[in-house]
Amino acid sequence: MILEVRGLSVQFPSRRGILTAVDDVSFSIAPGEVLGVVGESGAGKSMTGLAVIGLLEPPGRISAGEVRLEGRRIDNLRHEEMRRIRGRKIGVIFQDPLTSLNPLYTIGEQLEETILTHLPLSKSQAREHALSLLREVGIPAPEARYANYPHHFSGGMRQRVVIALALAAEPRLLIADEPTTALDVSIQAQIIALLKRLAAERGAAVMLITHDMGVIAETAQRVAVMYAGRIVELGPVRDVIHSPRHPYTVGLMGSIPKLGVKQDRLLQIEGAMPRLTAIPPGCAFNPRCPRRFDRCLTARPELLAAGTSRAACWLHAPA
Amino acid sequence: MHLLSLDSVSRDFDVSRPWLNRVLEREPRRILRAVDHVSFEISKGETLALVGESGCGKSTVARLIAGLYAPTEGHIAFSGSRLQMIFQDPYASLNPRWRVRKIIAEPMLFLKVQRPVEQFLLQVGLSADDAERYPHEFSGGQRQRISIARALAGEPDLLICDEPTSALDVSVQAQILNLMADLQDRLGLTYLFISHNLAVVSLVADRVGVMYLGRIVELAPASRLFSSPRHPYTRMLLDAVPDLAMSGKSRTPVAGEVPNPLAPPSGSASTRAARTRTHAARSRCPASATASPATPSKKAAFLSDRGKGGQDPFLQKGAGSLWVERDPRKRVKRGVRPFFQEKGPDPFS
Repeated sequence: MILEVRGLSVQFPSRRGILTAVDDVSFSIAPGEVLGVVGESGAGKSMTGLAVIGLLEPPGRISAGEVRLEGRRIDNLRHEEMRRIRGRKIGVIFQDPLTSLNPLYTIGEQLEETILTHLPLSKSQAREHALSLLREVGIPAPEARYANYPHHFSGGMRQRVVIALALAAEPRLLIADEPTTALDVSIQAQIIALLKRLAAERGAAVMLITHDMGVIAETAQRVAVMYAGRIVELGPVRDVIHSPRHPYTVGLMGSIPKLGVKQDRLLQIEGAMPRLTAIPPGCAFNPRCPRRFDRCLTARPELLAAGTSRAACWLHAPA
Repeated sequence: MHLLSLDSVSRDFDVSRPWLNRVLEREPRRILRAVDHVSFEISKGETLALVGESGCGKSTVARLIAGLYAPTEGHIAFSGSRLQMIFQDPYASLNPRWRVRKIIAEPMLFLKVQRPVEQFLLQVGLSADDAERYPHEFSGGQRQRISIARALAGEPDLLICDEPTSALDVSVQAQILNLMADLQDRLGLTYLFISHNLAVVSLVADRVGVMYLGRIVELAPASRLFSSPRHPYTRMLLDAVPDLAMSGKSRTPVAGEVPNPLAPPSGSASTRAARTRTHAARSRCPASATASPATPSKKAAFLSDRGKGGQDPFLQKGAGSLWVERDPRKRVKRGVRPFFQEKGPDPFS
């Protein structure tokens, strides 16, 4: 396993008490595997990613659990040590490529800087490496684009540059937080294909965070569905999509309009995800759940085996 | 009698550099044609969807219909008396300092009618008490419900919905789409639905117009468009939608990008040539293989290249002819017009 997360919790002290944004989350990612993390806004998926790379904004902090990268614990490292791991061992791609790039430097300078920081190469070797990265992520005529500034590139091309930057030091783990959300569908398809190819060729582990189940279906092998700070279902993508086990996943899949399926109405989950200040006791989904029973109101279910997946739902409790 | 009909409507924007630069650098005026000879009709009670990628001109069409822009050419005929808009961002489209009651009552001031605000709140699934609250007390989905209630208060004949669910989570999107369908059934509303999401469009639309670089490249009943798309661009768009059913069908990867007419890549010949190549590579139609990359010779080359219509494989004659289908049995094939037009000779050049 490249990444192992055990019992991770993230808390924010606030005036209204301590808010738990991520609550007891555990998962692992193998080499060459793409794990999708899906959920609606506020489900804690981005927060989980930030906790793994140690970029939580204070006063947010990891309050419990541990994060291991290739067996080594990284959640308790000092700032300086963590900085060396980020970029070298962990590459990160954020949603908006324009904020990930410095507008005052050419993309060539930014790539070279990253490469020279992490790899023992000379300046000319770094340039060669940067050009090969740009070629690999599909930027046409990289020599000509090398001295261009980020604003010279379109959104899709910028995201390719960001991916090249993330890959510069050949990281073992790639965290992609909504990498295609700001892009048009045709560009999204290209970026998805690129991510898939890179994971397969380089044997890196990819944590793909998105709200778009379609992107997960195309890219990931396994998926973790998050709701109100917890993983409610975790399993192979095909099984989670075709036979979801948690009532929330059932509702989520039913509320996505599908191409080529004749339907008059979408399945609808009533209500909205609870705010962090008002997470109900028992299962957090119980106020919206069509299949709730007494036990859901009082006790919170852990992930239980359900077919090939695991679901945090009492429906799957052994009798 | 159609409720709304657009007859060959175009809209130009002047994106010229300042006068002094044009004089010193001998540049012509630059006119961006955002909407190019768009024609369609909407009948009462139907939903027409416009779909396309960013920058294709679909929102400009909405604004032309709403009268927020005047058309440069063509005519828009509206036989109803009122139309209302629902916008994408429910955080920006509601006045944060007004109570919901005032927001919803505002259209009625112009109509000089008085109806209880509560009636509209209940119609969109909110409670009567919500009238006294402020927009910040609501979630994104609830705010979009308030936008819809405000639109209904104006008693519109036509509702223009510009990406109404794009800012919402999927479960909330489902609630809003279901609500819009229910309201249409109950009140007989007519929608012009603008979206980039083909799956959403396939759910709501009776007919669909696919836009690309300011033009409608295919207009057809939704069932036909999604089952057998005729235009290569429509096929590419449908191909690019992630396959949620995981049927394992093979997809042809699409290369290249939609050219952004407002931000052509900075001028060197090599980058432009590279772009030309990606454009040619983007299309899978055989005709694109023969598309000759025009050699850029002067500053306005980018514009004149486009003017020849030879650059974009999706807009080439033969490769990507325009299919406009009014009646499924009758197909009308139209010529291709240049995308950019230079407006007369520049007096200083």
